[in-house]
Amino acid sequence: MRNGTEAIVLAAATFMAFMAAAAASDDLFRAHAWVLFFVLGIATLVLMRRVEFAPVGAKTSIFNREDTSGYMDDVIRFGAVATVFWGVVGFLVGVVIAAQLAWPWLNIEPYFNFGRLRPLHTSAVIFAFGGNALICTSFYVVQRTCRARLFGGNLAWFVFWGYQLFIVMAATGYLLGVTQSKEYAEPEWYVDLWLTIVWVAYLIVFLGTIVRRKEPHIYVANWFFLSFIITVAMLHLVNNAAVPVSLTGAKSYSAFAGVQDALTQWWYGHNAVGFFLTAGFLGMMYYFVPKQAERPIFSYRLSIIHFWALIFLYIWAGPHHLHYTALPDWAQTLGMVFSIMLWMPSWGGMINGLMTLQGAWDKLRTDPVLRMFVISLAFYGMSTFEGPMMSIKSVNSLSHYTDWTIGHVHSGALGWNGMITFGCIYFLVPKLWNRERLYSLRLVNWHLWLATIGIVIYAAVMWVAGITQGLMWREYDDQGFLVNSFIETVSAIHPEYVMRMIGGLIYLAGALVMSYNIWRTIRGDLRNEVPMGGHAAGAAPATRVAAAQ
Amino acid sequence: MADKDIDEATGIKTTGHEWDGIQELDNPMPRWWLWTFYATIVFAFGYMIWYPAIPLWNESTMGISGQTNRLQLKADMQEVETARRDIIATLAEQDLEDIRQNQDLVRFASAGGESLFKVYCSQCHGTGAQGGPGYPNLNDDDWLWGGDLEAVYTTIAHGVRNDEDDDARISQMPAFGADGILDRAQINAVSEYVLKLSNQDHDAALAETGAGIFAEQCTACHGENGRGIRDLGAPNLSDAISLYGNTRETIRDQIRQPRHGAMPPWVNRLGAASIKQLAIYVHSLGGGEEAPSE
Repeated sequence: MRNGTEAIVLAAATFMAFMAAAAASDDLFRAHAWVLFFVLGIATLVLMRRVEFAPVGAKTSIFNREDTSGYMDDVIRFGAVATVFWGVVGFLVGVVIAAQLAWPWLNIEPYFNFGRLRPLHTSAVIFAFGGNALICTSFYVVQRTCRARLFGGNLAWFVFWGYQLFIVMAATGYLLGVTQSKEYAEPEWYVDLWLTIVWVAYLIVFLGTIVRRKEPHIYVANWFFLSFIITVAMLHLVNNAAVPVSLTGAKSYSAFAGVQDALTQWWYGHNAVGFFLTAGFLGMMYYFVPKQAERPIFSYRLSIIHFWALIFLYIWAGPHHLHYTALPDWAQTLGMVFSIMLWMPSWGGMINGLMTLQGAWDKLRTDPVLRMFVISLAFYGMSTFEGPMMSIKSVNSLSHYTDWTIGHVHSGALGWNGMITFGCIYFLVPKLWNRERLYSLRLVNWHLWLATIGIVIYAAVMWVAGITQGLMWREYDDQGFLVNSFIETVSAIHPEYVMRMIGGLIYLAGALVMSYNIWRTIRGDLRNEVPMGGHAAGAAPATRVAAAQ
Repeated sequence: MADKDIDEATGIKTTGHEWDGIQELDNPMPRWWLWTFYATIVFAFGYMIWYPAIPLWNESTMGISGQTNRLQLKADMQEVETARRDIIATLAEQDLEDIRQNQDLVRFASAGGESLFKVYCSQCHGTGAQGGPGYPNLNDDDWLWGGDLEAVYTTIAHGVRNDEDDDARISQMPAFGADGILDRAQINAVSEYVLKLSNQDHDAALAETGAGIFAEQCTACHGENGRGIRDLGAPNLSDAISLYGNTRETIRDQIRQPRHGAMPPWVNRLGAASIKQLAIYVHSLGGGEEAPSE
């Protein structure tokens, strides 16, 4: 009997959510428990309809395909679709809050004001889009590079659906107003506990698969994935240490206070960037770039040194978020120098990625997916130079609290994380669904350019906005008096805010092109088009005929 | 065997490992990369020797420079304070009319007042002191509590209708409608009269009735011709400027259940010298009046 136990467990959990709603000691917890009740209830019903008493038979669903690889790929197919879905959602919310900043009347009280939508955007892109990309690609990569099926059987399914539940609970919590006010760690204690369980399961699946590997060595991508999983668990546990006011209430108090709280928060926040968005994504890079380029990794030695240097140095760099605050000077100094030492270890990944194309640069003419990886590495290199530069205290005194920081984050997130994820999705989908190729490579190229133009607009206007703000804030007249009021520095960057929203909109348009392309690929369609690098109509009719077949 | 471990395209040896078709070349680390890495490490140590860096039991190493954020801030602030000490002391000592006679003091006070205004006042009065609905425009010559230097100083120093300052300017208009002093028809009539006062379209017959009510109920504060009495903060009703709107509806609303603006006192927060700067700045915006001659 398939799914029988799972359906029973889910039904019990649904009942527990119902009881939690009944016993809730505050309205927010009650509302959130109802959300959980309905989510779990729907999941139970779906699962009950899919209970199979017959032995595992022919699979017909779009996700549950015949397992030809011997690897566990169903969950990865779900992961790929979830990545695309959450990506579009996250980018859309990003465009909305960019518009809210430009036109404040778009704030709709209380559920859709900027304060609640902003964490929805950051969590949707980092944890929902990025997290699903990481889980799905790490499951794919670890199986292939270990020549072993995922460890733990259905535990991988628990990781996937458990993680989606975390996302839904976090997102609905933000809209309801449930937050512990820690940036990138907004979910309250009960959602944090749930994520801890899911994350431990993830670690077990991943580590178990490595232990069962049939390869003598552990591939470099898996070092990065493993460091990401372990460090994120540590960061999550420490930064979210809190005492709930009531076991049936939404509110909790952090274990830290004052400057210790700030330092813990930015130790977490910076390493969320370092291990979630850098180490994890370097794991993706180390598998998908050599696969797509069909070239060996440039330097094994470089990968060892830059891996260990990166993970050793990154963890100390957090205090650069607290320059010129109550944080003691010595901690600021260390935060800054560790960030500067981090420059080359970060670039090691870029060098190893780009130089892997040695002997395959010509493929860039015809392969937009490879172009995507290259652009992604270029943005990675740019933002990992910009980061150490901004951590220098005198630069930081200009850039801190300005939109320069926002621009920096987005050139990393949209450029590096976004582009490499798109590349991986374009690589994975035809393989996972057994398609000859993508529906359209020309649409991939469209996506590439839309995304690149979007990022360039976004980053450029945020530099202008940020430096404008920084200079206006510190502008004194010849008698030593401040020249600008805060609101004047806000109205001064209104045009940049509008441009930023347009940049985001273009990036979102690219993601929609991808969604369409992926959907047609999954359906098994092939677009009748001139191949990339081929000539326009008339020049080479033979090619067109070939493509049409 | 050896051939198998050589990459054809580049002629570089591989490490001999292979995962899912991925091999690794045995290239050395790029020299420029390695040396830049070393350079950042050397810089890091130099920086740590120069600035506070190593946490010890009670405090940290101070570094050769002995510089901390707090010391830098203190030095910067001290420099500004030293440069301004004399002029601030003079501002605190002298009265406003004397300050006005001194060009240097006025130049300093106007700049300082503008800066203070942007930080503390622009939230309500706007960055250009243009005001907004419910917040007076300070550029015109219509003053609720007086527009000469002393009056402006008093208003800024002690504020309006607040509990913090005993010298705050206080007045209250009765809620003629809400408290049942006038009925709806009477309020409508007075409104027509107020419209007439400011030369707007009005119902002449109703205004006639309203004039009588106005004389009975309103002149005590707004004066017989509706030109207002500044000691009471009662606005001039005969001009086109009004805080809560000059239409039939807004006038009726204001008579029925008046709104009252409030302003915090500032002298307790900013000190007399700053308030004087603010007064001189606001007075200079265009509507400043001369003190009434004794």
